[in-house]
Amino acid sequence: MSALLEVRDLVKTFGSGEAATRVLRGLSLTLEAGEMAALLGPSGSGKSTLLTILGTLMKPTSGSYAMLGQDLIAADDKALTTFRNLHIGFVFQFHNLLPDFTALENVIFPTAVRMGRETPAARARGRDLLVRMGLEARINFPSANLSGGQKQRVAVARALMNAPELVLADEPTGNLDRASAMQVMDLIGQINRDEGTTFLISTHDEKIAGLCRRQIVVGDGVVTG
Amino acid sequence: MLYAFKIAARYLTASKAQTALLVAGVAVGVFIFIFMSALIGGLAEFILSRTVGDISHITIEAENSDPALLIAPVPDGAGHLLFVTERGGARTATLADAPTWVPLIEAVPGVRAVSPQITGAGFVTRGAQVRQVGVTGVEPGRESVILNLDGYMVAGSARLGSGLIVLGRDLADDLDLTLGQTLRLQSTNGVTATLTLSGIFKTGNGAIDGARAFVSLSTARTLFAMPQGVTRIEIKLADLNAADATALRIRALTGLDAVPWTDGAEQLMEALDAQAQTGYFLKTFALITIVIGVASALLLSTYRRRPEIGIMRAMGAGRGFVIFVFVTQGALIGVMGGVTGATLGYLALLPFPARDAFKAGTLPLDITQGSYGLAITLTVIGAILASILPARSAARVDPVTAIGQ
Ligand SMILES: Nc1ncnc2c1ncn2[C@@H]1O[C@H](COP(=O)(O)OP(=O)(O)OP(=O)(O)O)[C@@H](O)[C@H]1O
Ligand SMILES: [Mg+2]
Repeated sequence: MSALLEVRDLVKTFGSGEAATRVLRGLSLTLEAGEMAALLGPSGSGKSTLLTILGTLMKPTSGSYAMLGQDLIAADDKALTTFRNLHIGFVFQFHNLLPDFTALENVIFPTAVRMGRETPAARARGRDLLVRMGLEARINFPSANLSGGQKQRVAVARALMNAPELVLADEPTGNLDRASAMQVMDLIGQINRDEGTTFLISTHDEKIAGLCRRQIVVGDGVVTG
Repeated sequence: MLYAFKIAARYLTASKAQTALLVAGVAVGVFIFIFMSALIGGLAEFILSRTVGDISHITIEAENSDPALLIAPVPDGAGHLLFVTERGGARTATLADAPTWVPLIEAVPGVRAVSPQITGAGFVTRGAQVRQVGVTGVEPGRESVILNLDGYMVAGSARLGSGLIVLGRDLADDLDLTLGQTLRLQSTNGVTATLTLSGIFKTGNGAIDGARAFVSLSTARTLFAMPQGVTRIEIKLADLNAADATALRIRALTGLDAVPWTDGAEQLMEALDAQAQTGYFLKTFALITIVIGVASALLLSTYRRRPEIGIMRAMGAGRGFVIFVFVTQGALIGVMGGVTGATLGYLALLPFPARDAFKAGTLPLDITQGSYGLAITLTVIGAILASILPARSAARVDPVTAIGQ
């Protein structure tokens, strides 16, 4: 396996002066291509902050970040937008889907926004992904009417739409019951095995973390285990 | 950006009630805009047609080259000052070539009709009753081209001919005249003619109805001893507002002193101008209302959709895409509101009489002056401008805080 991404000495400070909060204090981490890793740590330890930086949605206060050989600290907003679109998928805990669009429309968004329209090829791939997520009966369902577990599976399908190298999932099962959570994790595991997509999944759930081959523990702003 | 368009359209259809209200608000603004355009335009039309519709738009009068007479005040009882002036040679000479000029003037673009006339004064006598009248000799066939005599007839016909006279109703009533009766008309030249009353008109203008007589041009020739030429050429234009320019052309073409109706009508023009200004003022307010309405509604929508905007940004939508989505919403609202308002405006104006049939007492709304295209265009531009601020604020949404992990 080769390194998919590498962050060195990440520092992230929110605010300034007396109110300044140093969340990341020189965190370094390497993810290999094809890994399936859980991100653990107490609440407030900086898991979401790290995922946001890895997802290029926020820049660290200092430190380096390279993925697929590209320096993502120096890149501008436009370059990062394109990079995210092609190489990074996201699954969030809340607010995942566009409520006024169907499941399929949500899934193909990352491709359609790049192409400027919804192509037949994109629709076909979107359908395939939804079928794989066990949602063939919900393909053209308004996403607002889906259950929590169904929404998260649609979100996973969307994260995979552009076949990115990395999928970042921030407590993807945090809102789900045990059965739905297991179903979502099963699907993630399958994709990881079949396609070699790298997953980094933050969670508070030891059981969920146990399904991942690697556990990364964050504490005091650095990786502790 | 077909895809941004799809998303914009979906956002609008997703909250139908809100969109409908917004479009209705814009439509009301457009409706007001169109209503004001039709009203201001119609009013101007109405006022113009009332004041200058029945008069000549360009007039050429025989120049009186007689030297000005300076008459010293004559003390009471000092006797009578009698003077005789020969008709100035230049007066007839100038328009003696009327038969040459008329076809030339008729060929000038924008000229709708030309009426060569002989005008003068005289007395109508019936029995013991005498009334002073202004006499206008008009070519048969051209009776109605300047003053719409035909449209004002209450009895008989406007058609003039040899031995015929057409009078206003006030005068006819004064003299107890009915159609077909004869009367005597004596001109200031001392020529008397016996004429048959062949038509009675009522224009509503007392000066015309009570003191004007129309005879044929040939009758006028006899009355005023003018075997050839005319004293006056009246010209009607297709467009009132072209009078100044057309008068210049005619002057250049013929060398005659063609006077447009606007000479001496400054007050009227100022009043119409002020009225138009009021119209612009109100229309501008209608547009500002549209802009504020669209801007506030879209700003609210960007706030409500912050999480979604964050998601789209995270999925690889650029700032430009987000801007396009919201500007397109503004444009769509502008188009829908504009077309709805214009349609409603048109339908609301339909029942009002056409401009040729304006009557006192009703609003002179001119459906042809609704400025529908302008209203829609300005609305769409306004709505697009209104959406720029919300669109920019949407593009600046920080995905991290918007998704709110
Ligand atoms: N935008 C921000 N401004 C100020 N402080 C912030 C901001 N975002 C996060 N923080 C702080 O940074 C710290 C880490 O937050 P983060 O959300 O990364 O923790 P987490 O490990 O994801 O916690 P949880 O397990 O509860 O989700 C917290 O103390 C939080 O209050
Ligand atoms: Mg978190």
